[in-house]
Amino acid sequence: MDTTPKAIAGVSTFLDDRIGPGNFLKRNLRKIFPDHWSFLLGEIALYSFIILLLTGTFLTFWFKPSMGEVVYSGSYQPLVGVKMSEAYASALNISFDVRGGLLIRQIHHWAALLFIAGMMVHMLRVFFTGAYRKPRELNWLIGVGLLTLALLEGLTGYSLPDDLLSGAGLRITEGVMLGIPVVGTYLTFLLFGGEYPGHDVISRFFTIHILLIPGILLALISAHLVLMWVQKHTQMPGTGRTEKNVVGAPFYPTFMAKAGAFTLFTFGVIALLGTFAQINPIWLFGPYTPADISAGSQPDFYMGFLEGSLRLMPAWEINFLDHTVSLSVLIPALVPLGIVMTGLALYPFIEQWVTGDRREHHTADRPRNNPHRTAIGFSGIAFYGVLWLLGANDEISANFHISLYETTIFGRFAIFLVPAIAYVVAYRICIGLQRKDAEVLSHGVESGVIKRLPHGEYIEVHTPAAQDIADHIRGKAEIPIIESGVDGEGIPPKGARTALGRLRAKASEAYGTDHVPLEEGHGHDEHAAIGAGDHSDGHRDGH
Amino acid sequence: MIGTGNSVNSITARRRHPLARYAVVALALGLLGGGYAVAAPGGGSADAAIASGKADDVAQGKSLFVAHCASCHGLNAEGSAKAPTLVGVGAAAVDFQVSTGRMPAADAGPQAPRKPLGEWATPQAISDLAAYVQSLGGGPTRPAAEQVDPAKGDPAKGGELFRANCIQCHNFVGAGGALTYGKYAPPLNPATPTQIYEAMATGPQAMPVFNDSTITPDQKRDMIAYITHVRSQVDPGGSGLGRIGPVTEGLVAWIVGLSLLILASIWITAKKRRTHA
Repeated sequence: MDTTPKAIAGVSTFLDDRIGPGNFLKRNLRKIFPDHWSFLLGEIALYSFIILLLTGTFLTFWFKPSMGEVVYSGSYQPLVGVKMSEAYASALNISFDVRGGLLIRQIHHWAALLFIAGMMVHMLRVFFTGAYRKPRELNWLIGVGLLTLALLEGLTGYSLPDDLLSGAGLRITEGVMLGIPVVGTYLTFLLFGGEYPGHDVISRFFTIHILLIPGILLALISAHLVLMWVQKHTQMPGTGRTEKNVVGAPFYPTFMAKAGAFTLFTFGVIALLGTFAQINPIWLFGPYTPADISAGSQPDFYMGFLEGSLRLMPAWEINFLDHTVSLSVLIPALVPLGIVMTGLALYPFIEQWVTGDRREHHTADRPRNNPHRTAIGFSGIAFYGVLWLLGANDEISANFHISLYETTIFGRFAIFLVPAIAYVVAYRICIGLQRKDAEVLSHGVESGVIKRLPHGEYIEVHTPAAQDIADHIRGKAEIPIIESGVDGEGIPPKGARTALGRLRAKASEAYGTDHVPLEEGHGHDEHAAIGAGDHSDGHRDGH
Repeated sequence: MIGTGNSVNSITARRRHPLARYAVVALALGLLGGGYAVAAPGGGSADAAIASGKADDVAQGKSLFVAHCASCHGLNAEGSAKAPTLVGVGAAAVDFQVSTGRMPAADAGPQAPRKPLGEWATPQAISDLAAYVQSLGGGPTRPAAEQVDPAKGDPAKGGELFRANCIQCHNFVGAGGALTYGKYAPPLNPATPTQIYEAMATGPQAMPVFNDSTITPDQKRDMIAYITHVRSQVDPGGSGLGRIGPVTEGLVAWIVGLSLLILASIWITAKKRRTHA
């Protein structure tokens, strides 16, 4: 062993004898992390969360979560003398009279947007690579929970400044709660402490926003990371990578340096946005009064899909046993959220049920190699995307000169058609990419060398694919199909006799059938791999 | 040319220069356009004489009306199937519509857009036209300069009125917004204080009328003070992103923020130490 300086050796021995971190560190510092850019997407959310905690703490020093009425007398002239809530006045104070307050407020808000955007792209990566499969289903569920909580955290957060725009969001929240059958009214009075808007909702949202949800988020994020650490990260298929190993760089020093650099990148990008791009200019919105509403009132982007579903929904209302059921509010609030979140949470288990696959998976699927899953994912993106887009239909109408009603009518059809189209298109693209892969393996890649054969024909010389590319392609895993066929006696197995069983068998066959099996070895046609192309006789394999 | 092989070559070379075809097209277009400008009927001179203020305002206004408005609004402003009567709309309505270029309307869309003024529409001509229409049946008159002076208004009071009455269509900073059936609330940024006042007093197109009993002239001046103050204000937080709220913010978060971070993640993972394999 090389000699350790005495000062360090003394302290570390002291710590080692009492807490014993040496052993722990020895084991964990060499933890291997696989390298792929998409594996860093979740870290965008993680580092944004750290920024949110830091900037949020700063903001609490000046923010007053009170709906008590004050007359503004700060330095923003066009609002001087206007009556407003203390919350709004203190948010103005942070923006105009606290040193660095506006910058921190803007960084906080941009970090919130990137926190959720980061979670979304991270979740899509996990979904499309099948990284949620056994043994990682629980971590996937934690992730879905994190996303749901983040949406709530965002909703409570942008309501806090009590400006006119956030008030519109608050009013919709109230409307949705009122729309819940039977208990809606009670729930609303419980949250608002009386008739809307009351005097309590800001302070209650404050506690929820700065204590309750961040606490749960922190706990769940820790659990998310610990589980990831214990279960190890999935890796892309490639040379030397199996279900039993992880190929990559050790945590210390390589991964730590990269993660550290990426932290700084995230801080940098968010600080850039906070400096150069104005976000949530509450002074322009004015204080909230329930009587006022502005054109172009939109929620932050992550709530946009709910806004869109509300705007698309026809004004349906039924009367059931003398109770009004406002379907026009209930359906857009609950159905898309239910489809997206419940669908995400259940997907790993539905897939397991369909494929009957109970194996552990540590190698990621390439999205093309599970075309039905990828198509379902794109269908979901399209569903979400149409709603999201239509949440801004008034801005689209005003800026692109399209009639407002036409956007609504378009959306009512698109919400059903576009996901279906996306499914088919994504599926075909996957099959096409698989064909390309199969071709690369069986025929090699174009070498750029054109040869003329003795009888005058020209051929392009193909060379075998490079080892790493070939191994990457060969990583395609078979999707299991449950036993469904009739047995020797012509009797289907027990599970497949019910209607559900037959459906499962059908789905399993569709889901697992490999339409483009990879063919190894030499090709069958003119463009077969013919070595490095330096044989002067133009010798061709396969002929 | 024969015998001077050099120059032929250089002419040919120039003719075949890649930019030559653009030069030819530009020249042809220039000749065509210039020729048209010279040959086109010069309609400006008669109007200019009328607009020079020699004759009585109303009489000149009438001849301007006949020239520019009567084809739709009728020779005596009595209206037609295409356009309403202008009797009683007042000078304020004429001044607003013509000084913003909305009238004469270009085509029959759901709403006449603001557009550059015709050459004839000098302030004097608009004033004459307004005087003529005012003479037909009264109506709201144009505000005095002092009535629309933002410096004399109270922007804070105006802001409250603005939020209560205007922003549901025009957006919280007057950036404009969508209405139904292809109509829209236009952005308020290009409007002069006088035009804002006249719009409130006359209710052009889809806009309701805010007459003096709904919003007093002093309150109108307060609102003008707020609108002009906010639109001239430098955004303290950086680029205002069109001041339309979270839609553009979300676009920037994804297109700028997330793209930069994904590029960074690709760059970081692409940096690999050569392993001694």
